[in-house]
Amino acid sequence: MKRVYVNEKWCLGCHLCEYYCTFANSGVSSMVNALKDKPLRPRIRVEEHDGISFAVSCRHCKEPLCVKGCITGALSVKNGVITVDSNKCVGCYTCILSCPYGCISPDDSGHAISKCELCTKNACGEPACVKGCPNQAIVYEDRDVTDTNKEAAV
Amino acid sequence: MAIDYLYPEYEIVRDYDKCIACRVCERQCSNEAHWYDDGKGKMLCDNAKCVDCHRCVSLCPTHALKIVKSGHTFKENANWTGKTITEIYRQANSGGVLLSSMGNPEPFPVYWDKILLNASQVTNPSIDPLREPMETVTYLGKKPAKIERDENGRIKNNLSPTLKLSTPVMFSAMSYGSISYNAHESLARAASELGICYNTGEGGLHEDFYKYGPNTIVQVASGRFGVSKDYLNAGAAIEIKIGQGAKPGIGGHLPGIKVSEDISKTRMIPKGSDAISPAPHHDIYSIEDLRQLVYSIKEASDYKKPVIVKIAAVHNVAAIASGIARSGADIIAIDGFRGGTGAAPTRIRDSVGIPIELALASVDSRLREEGIRDDVGIVVGGSVRSAADLVKAIALGADACYIATAACLAMGCHLCRSCQAGKCNWGIATQRPDLVKRLNPDIGYKRLVNLVHAWDHEVKEIMGGMGINSIEALRGNRLMLRGIGLSSTELDILGIKHAGQ
Repeated sequence: MKRVYVNEKWCLGCHLCEYYCTFANSGVSSMVNALKDKPLRPRIRVEEHDGISFAVSCRHCKEPLCVKGCITGALSVKNGVITVDSNKCVGCYTCILSCPYGCISPDDSGHAISKCELCTKNACGEPACVKGCPNQAIVYEDRDVTDTNKEAAV
Repeated sequence: MAIDYLYPEYEIVRDYDKCIACRVCERQCSNEAHWYDDGKGKMLCDNAKCVDCHRCVSLCPTHALKIVKSGHTFKENANWTGKTITEIYRQANSGGVLLSSMGNPEPFPVYWDKILLNASQVTNPSIDPLREPMETVTYLGKKPAKIERDENGRIKNNLSPTLKLSTPVMFSAMSYGSISYNAHESLARAASELGICYNTGEGGLHEDFYKYGPNTIVQVASGRFGVSKDYLNAGAAIEIKIGQGAKPGIGGHLPGIKVSEDISKTRMIPKGSDAISPAPHHDIYSIEDLRQLVYSIKEASDYKKPVIVKIAAVHNVAAIASGIARSGADIIAIDGFRGGTGAAPTRIRDSVGIPIELALASVDSRLREEGIRDDVGIVVGGSVRSAADLVKAIALGADACYIATAACLAMGCHLCRSCQAGKCNWGIATQRPDLVKRLNPDIGYKRLVNLVHAWDHEVKEIMGGMGINSIEALRGNRLMLRGIGLSSTELDILGIKHAGQ
C-alpha cells in the first residue's frame, strides 16, 4: 500500500507541510480563509533538533495500537488506512497516549481526535503534505515488501 | 556613517490580507530579511537585506509576497546613473574592488536577437520532425581531412578521439566549490541521462562523481586544483582553461570560507585556505608552451581523450584560435563576455571581452580561410539562452554550445547575482549544509533533463522548418541567417546578409 515516507536528508524544516495539511483538512476553499489567524492543527508535524528536521505523520501501522486501544470503535483500518469516525469518538485520548509516534492530536473541538488519513476524506486527492513539499522530502510511495518479494529475497 | 547609507534597491511587498504568518519566508531567507514580531503578531521585513532571489516569493503558500524595485532615485542624470553613484559611495567606504556575480548585465547589443532564421517555402520542402528522422547527434573533435586506405584498399581508422553528444549542448564549467555538491550531482546525472557532458570546472572531481566519467569533462586551470593522473583519466575529455568570459585575464577566486572539508580534499588544498588561481598558467606564455601542455595531457591520458582549450572571447580571438588549432588541441571553447561567474571584479565583468556571436563568426571564418576548421571542434558559451540562440550559434559555425546560466536557472537560480556572498537560497552557489540541502538532485537533474529535451525538440522543429534534417547540414550554414538593424561592419563580421537581401 502507498504510504507517506519522509527523508530527513531533504527536509528543510520549512513547515509548509503543516500548513498544507491543515488547509487540506479544513474544508475551506481558500488557504487564507482557512489559516489566517486560526490555530494550526496539522496532522503532520515537523520535528527539529540540532539542524536535523523531518516531518512525522501517522505510519498507518499494520498492528495499530491506537485501533487496539480505542474504546468506542471510532478508529478502524480501511484498506490499510487508519481512519477515525468522529461521530463515535468520545475524546478519551487513549489513542493519543498509545501512539508511539505521537501522531494523533485532539481536534478543534477538543472532544474528538484528528489524525492523518492520507487525504482520503478531503478534496485533495493525494496527500497535501507530499504535494506541498518543496524539496520532495515527503513522498507517497508503495514500499511494502509483498509476500512474493519476500520469498524472492529469502 | 550616515554618508554610507544607501536606500535598498528592492522592496518586499507583503499583502497582509493574505499573509498567514506561517513564517516560511523567515525560515527560508538566508539573508534574514524576514522575521515575526510577537508584539505586533505579524511578519516584518528589512528591505536592505533582500537580494531579490525570490525564494520567499516562490515558497509563500498564499502568494502574499512580491519584490519590487524600490522607487528611490537620485536626481536623474544619464551620465551619473544611480548605479554609478552608489558604486562610488561603496568604494569610498571600503577602498576595495567591487565584486559581482553572473554575466555582464550591461545593455550591450545581444546579437542573437538581431539575427533572424530562415524557413522553407515552396521551392524546398520543410520537414516535419514528428514524422521524419532528424539528427542532432554531434561528434566534437578533429575530423580527418581525407579517407586513407591500407595496401589492401581497406579504410584505415584515422579518427582522432571525439566526444559524442546526443544533442549539441553541454553544461559548462562550474567548479565544485563555486557551486554545491548537489548542484554538481544534478549536472552529472542530467548529463549522463541526456548523453551529453558536464564540466567539472577547476575545482577537481569529487570522488562520488567518478562514476559519471563518460559524461564528464575534467578541467585543468591555472591553479591546477585537484589535478592528478586519475583525474585526467576520469573524464571523457580534458579542458585546459585559459580564460573565462566573465573575467578574461584573471583566474578564479574561491574564498577560504567556501573551502570546506570536502572541497579541501577534492581540490587538494588545506581547509579554509583561499583558492586563488593565478591569472596566467605559469607554464604557458606562448602557443608553443600551450602545445607542450596539450601534449603532456595527451601523454598522460594515452591519446584517448580529446583536449579542449577554453579561452575568453577577446579582441584578437580569431588569431588566438588559429594558434590553438595548431597547438594540437581537438576542441576550442570560446566564452563570450556575458558568460556567468560565481564572482568577478565588476569592472572586468562589465567592460572586458567581446560578444560571443562576433567572436564565433570571426573564429569560424578565420579557421576556414586557413583551411584548418576541421582540425578542431568549436564550442561556444557565454549566454546561450534558448534553442533559437543555439541554432543561430550552430549556423554561425559552432559545433556545440556550452550552457551554465541557463542550467543554473533550471535548477532554481533566480539570477539575483549574489553568488559571491555564498548564501544562495536555492542551494546552488553555496557550501552551507543547511542551504545545500535545498537543492534535491532528484528534482534538479530532472529539470535539467527537461530543459535540454525541450531545446532538442525546438532545434528539430527549427531545422525542419529550414528543410534541414541533420545538425551537420546546419553547421556554418550562414545562409540560414539574416541580420536585422545591423551595420554593414557587423554584418561583415557575422558573415551574414541583412534581412530582405
